[in-house]
Parts: sequence; C-alpha cells; structure tokens
Amino acid sequence: MAVAARTRSTLAATGRAAADPGIEAPWFARIPTGVWLVGAVLLTMPAYANNFVLFQVFGWSFILGIIALSLMFLAGYGGMVSLIQMTVAGLAGYMVAILGPSGTEQISLGLSWWIYLPVALAVATLFGTLVGTLAVRTEGIYTIMITLAIASAFFYFTRQNYTIFNGYNGFTLVRPPDLFGVDWRQPVPFYYLSLACAALCYAAVVYVARAPFGLALQGIRDNARRMAALGYNVTAHRILAYGFASVLAAVGGVLLVWQNGQIAPGTAGIPAVIDILVIAVVGGLRRPIGPFIGALIYVVLSSFAPDILTAFGLEPDRFKLIVGLGFLAAVFFSPDGVLGLWDRWQARRARRPDPLTGKVP
Amino acid sequence: MRRAFLAGVTALALGLPTVAVAQEPIRIGILVALEGAFAEGGRDGIRGIEMALRSVNNQIAGRRLETVIAPTDTRPDTAVRQARKLIEQDRVDFIIGPLSGSEGIAIRDHAKTQPDKTFINGASGALETTWVDPAPNFFRFHTHGLQWGAGLGEYVVRTKGWRRIATVAADYSFGHTNFMGFAIDFCRAGGDIVRRFWVPLGAADYGAVIAQLPDDVDAIYLGLGGTDAINFLNQYAQAGSKMNFIGGTIMADQTVLTSRGRAREALIGTPTSGMISDENPDPAWQAFVRRYRESYPEGQRFPSPTIFATAYHISTMAALEGLKAVNGDLSGGQRAFQAALARLELDTPLGKIRLDETRQAIGPVFVNEVAQRPDGSLYNRMVKRVDNVSQTLGLPVAEFRALGMPGRDTPDCARLRRR
Repeated sequence: MAVAARTRSTLAATGRAAADPGIEAPWFARIPTGVWLVGAVLLTMPAYANNFVLFQVFGWSFILGIIALSLMFLAGYGGMVSLIQMTVAGLAGYMVAILGPSGTEQISLGLSWWIYLPVALAVATLFGTLVGTLAVRTEGIYTIMITLAIASAFFYFTRQNYTIFNGYNGFTLVRPPDLFGVDWRQPVPFYYLSLACAALCYAAVVYVARAPFGLALQGIRDNARRMAALGYNVTAHRILAYGFASVLAAVGGVLLVWQNGQIAPGTAGIPAVIDILVIAVVGGLRRPIGPFIGALIYVVLSSFAPDILTAFGLEPDRFKLIVGLGFLAAVFFSPDGVLGLWDRWQARRARRPDPLTGKVP
Repeated sequence: MRRAFLAGVTALALGLPTVAVAQEPIRIGILVALEGAFAEGGRDGIRGIEMALRSVNNQIAGRRLETVIAPTDTRPDTAVRQARKLIEQDRVDFIIGPLSGSEGIAIRDHAKTQPDKTFINGASGALETTWVDPAPNFFRFHTHGLQWGAGLGEYVVRTKGWRRIATVAADYSFGHTNFMGFAIDFCRAGGDIVRRFWVPLGAADYGAVIAQLPDDVDAIYLGLGGTDAINFLNQYAQAGSKMNFIGGTIMADQTVLTSRGRAREALIGTPTSGMISDENPDPAWQAFVRRYRESYPEGQRFPSPTIFATAYHISTMAALEGLKAVNGDLSGGQRAFQAALARLELDTPLGKIRLDETRQAIGPVFVNEVAQRPDGSLYNRMVKRVDNVSQTLGLPVAEFRALGMPGRDTPDCARLRRR
C-alpha cells in the first residue's frame, strides 16, 4: 500500500518541535498557541454545543480518533499498516460486556469495574500483541492481508459463537460504572471522559515518538537492516509497537462500548475495520493529530450526509456515497491526508518572497 | 412523486415559507435500513410510510406531519446513533423503526433512556424486543419472527400428514426464532423432529449437511433465505435427492421464487408461513395492494408490497390512529399518546391487530404453499389463515417461558408432544 511508503519521511519531520534548540523555556511555554486555543475551545465546548454535538459528534470522534491513532502509530512511526486495531478495540469492548454487567445476564459475569476494566485492557493488549508477533514477520501488503484475515476471522467467530460472544445479538445495556456518583453516559460527563482519554492517548503517542524507543522504531521504519546492524532488535521493537498500539485501541474499544451501550459482531466487522483505515488516511498518517481530524471529518460526514442529500432534493439512500466521495477527494488531492494539505499550504507561504526585500527565504 | 414529497419535507425542515399551518408540525423520525442486505426492503418500507401519510394528507388534528429519514446499515450501533441523532439533533417527536432484528433489540434498550419519546417498531422481527425486559415506550404493531411460524406446524401434520422431519436452518437469531415458532406448533400437533442442522449465515457449501440428511423422514424444514436458500436447493438437486420441504418465512419469498435455474422448482408444493400472503383474498389486503400499485409506477416498486412495506405501513397507521385519539397532543411526556397506542384496535390490510401487555401485536399469520402458474412462474398460494396469534402462540406465559429462549436446542419437541 502506498500509504506506508509515503509515510517513510525522515526522522527530522516528526521530531521537528523537539529539534528546536533555544534556551530552556519552561515546558508549558514551549507549547504553541494553537494548542492552547484548541484546548480552550474543547474544554469549554459544553457551554455552547448541544448534547448531540457533545456526545455523538465529539464523543464518537474522540473514540474513533483513539483507535485510528493506534493505527497511525504503527503505520506512521513503524511503517506497518495493521488492520487489526478495530478488532482489538472490539475485543476490549466485548470483554467489558462479558466480564461486567450487561443486559445479557446468562453470559455476563457482572464483576465490578476495577476487575473487568484492567482485565479487558490486558486481554485486548495481549491479543493485539500476539497478532503483532505474527504480523511483524511480514511486510507491506502481507501485513495488511494477515491482519485483515484475523479481523474477519474474529468477526465471523463472534457471530457464530453463542456461549461467550452471544453470536448475532451481542450484548446490550452495557453501561459505564457510576464512579464518583457521576452517570458517565450523560453527554457532558461522557464528553469530558472521552476528551481526557483522547488527550492522554495523544500525549502518550507524542511522548513515545520522541523517547528512545520511538526514535528507534522510526529508524527501523526507515532502514530496518541498518538498525539491526547497529544492534537493535528489530522484531522486538515492532512487537512492542503493536503492544503499545493495542493499549490505545483497547482504551478506544472500552469507550466505544460504553458510548453505544451495546456491542455486536458488526461493531468490529469488516466495514468498521476499513473505516478506521479511511479515518487514519484521510486525517494523515504523519502526525498523531491526523487521526482525530480524520475522525471528526468522518463523523460529521456520516452524521449529516443524509441531511446534505435531502437539502439538495436527493434521496437519502445514497448517504454512503458522500462519505466515499469525501474519502476519494481527500486521497486524490492530498495523498498524505488533510494534514498534508496544511503542511503544503504552510510551505508555500514560507516560500513567498518577502514583501519588503523581495528576497525568497 | 417521492422526490417531490421529500423536497417538500426538506423545505419545511429548512423553515422555508410554506402553506400557513395552524400549529407547530409533528415531526416523525424514520429509522430504516437503506444500506446493506435489506436496502431494497428498506426502500419499500418508506413506500409503506408514504402511503399511510398520504391517506391523511400529511395532517392530523390540524398539525402537519413532517418526516425525517435516518438511514441505517442494519448494524445495531448505527441504529442507536441514528436514533440519538433523530431525537437530539432533528428534534423528532417519535420514531418509527428500525427494520432488522438486532437493531430492534438495541433500540428497545435505547428507548428506556428516552422515556418521554415514543418508539414504534418498523419491521424488526426479533422476539426479544418485546419479550425480554420490554421498554414501556416501545410498541410493535406487527407479528414477529416466532409468531410467523404459527399454523404451519399444525398444517403439515394435519393436512400433509408429515410427522417425522429433519431441519436445516440458519444459525442466527432470526433462524432460531422462526424455527422455534414452527417447532412449537409442529410438536404440539404431534410431530417429531429427528435431527436439527444449523448452518452459518451466508454459507456457500451445504454438501456436508446434505450428505447427513436422513432419508427416513417425511419432510425437511428449511429455515434459510435469499442466496442461502438458492444455494441449498441447487446443491440438493445436484445430489439427486427428492424430498418434501417445509419452508421458513423467508424460504420462499420473491427473491427465491424468481431466481434462475431449475432448483426453485423443487419448492413447488412447499408450505411456508409468514406475516403476509401475496394472494390474500381479503378485500382490505386487495385494496392495499391496488393502492401500492397505483401509487408507484412499475419498476419503482415490487410486484406487490413486501413485508417491509406492510410492516412500516401498519406501524405508521398505528401512529396516526394514536395521534388522532389524543388529538395531536404530545405533551406530558407523551403518556397520553402511549396509552392510546397501547389501547388501539387497528384495522389493517392484514386484519385486526391489537397489542398485548408487552405492547406486542396479536394478529393474523398466513400459511402459503408454493404453486406454479400456467406460464411456469411460481407464486405463493394462500392455504390457511390463523387469526389472533399471540406472542406465546397461545401457550400460558409461564409455560412459554419454560421452553427457554430461541436457540439451537429449543424447543424440546418430546416435552411439547406429551402435553
């Protein structure tokens, strides 16, 4: 897949902010103004957005963003396009439903949150890492194929298995625990919960990308053989990357089952797997903010496509067409996603001649 | 026509100047699958709604009726998301939908979080939706998958004299539920199921099952649908066997009867049962079919209304009758409207329908038999009509509950026969 090749940028591109020399300013002063602005808008969102926007548009964007972020981490920093991330998220969601309380009482164990939450995250992470162990022995299109194969197998297994996964019906009435007396499924608490998780996952990816492990991973992406010659264990780094990405995906999966209130085989079906890839590609695989931008575009398009169609007097049947056209347009105009468009616009502005001196910088 | 209708609705939704209305309009959200396996059925469902709305001129008690369509892809997550959008973003007063079984179960649970809104099922046929922990504001005005088996079992035992059967059915919730409805009826009438085969949905190869099918039975029950049904019949014909078949509700629908190849001919004489019968002589049904054919030009509709058009039509009719009863008043958390719906006795194209205490329809079910026209085409001939089929198929509630939930091993045939 072309995506993987294109993301093989140099180390400098991703480590740009860190490479800024400058005198030791306090860490918060080094955060760009844009981040402060976005942060302020997101934190005060409940003041001016309705419940639908909070819960559905932003809540869902954060969740899909987290799951796509795990794919972005693997693809962008590790050069491995893994289609297993949605399945890892789905497994975490299933674990929450199976171990915790749900409407399917004959299967759900109804354990308390401090048991099922860590176990769900651990099981999903273990599963993702195991798949990674298999997948790292392959390259490029074969990675995609093996992960897609396991993702489809998981989908069909959950649909056929009634003793653990409750087959076609899955689990309903899966609610987040009432911690600190807050009903976390209400729009405002859920918005902040998903925002906090998204921010944490984002920060974790930014941190790991600049830590020695992340730098080594990017080195492996660019030239695995040279890194091996330097004494790095290539396979171990790649498997660890899968492990880290699985934690992210698992967090997204837990939030997803809480938001939907239910989980069924379709939650991690093939269309959902492809959706995560689309989100990551549309947003851009170069930087961790990309998946969140992609997720927001995807959610807005899929929520309002029927309205757009009816507004033009068309029938709402073809709502997937709008999503598909949006994806095509994004890939056509900017192979490295919406972020790529932004980068190119910035670069063009920088190349413009200085209005005073007429010199090109 | 439909485009103009939708454009009109959009114009209203955008607040463009239209005909002056006395009061604020009533907004109806429609959850319908327009993507995936049931997309065509979903489109037919919209036709059913339009026909019902047109019959009252889009108006009840001086209030205009507006519709907002929320398309789904038969995934329960999507259904819940779209329901949330309809209520929170589009501010609809109540929802008609969804279309498929697992969506219905998800919407039942979502309905519990929205007690001040009303949910009227579109066409989804899962038993659980109204049987297990039902929502007080969720109503279903058509019979469901288990009820659709009613009458068929007794018919094959009494009329056909088939007492020993084997079964092959799709291994998912609708397959289990539809089979259970037939089996309860069949076992109570004295029949015996010697072997049950469950095949995964969308399986391509039935060779292993066909080889294991016993020969010493009177008939084989086939609970398959669509391409699965066609594949099975083809492979069965290739294996050179001949046997009487009994069909589940979706075994002999239009997609199978109009398929190419000779396999479908194996179906001639196969009894099936379901919510509707194409050849129902009841004048109400005939009038409904005529109106359907007159409302939509050929090529933009099915030869006759499908169960989706019928179910959505009945659901919309129920909503309109409920609104009429409360004079369009939806205040007070819609309690008056919900109480009116629960009390309705509806005259539908299928016959009289009323609700039980779980707000599930008690209504007619039809037994059909596949027959051949002189020109060689196949159709469903109505052979029996069972009225007032309840959710428990007439069993006392406790006894029905003791049978267990639909699954691979329910019901226990021997126990039912002993009664």
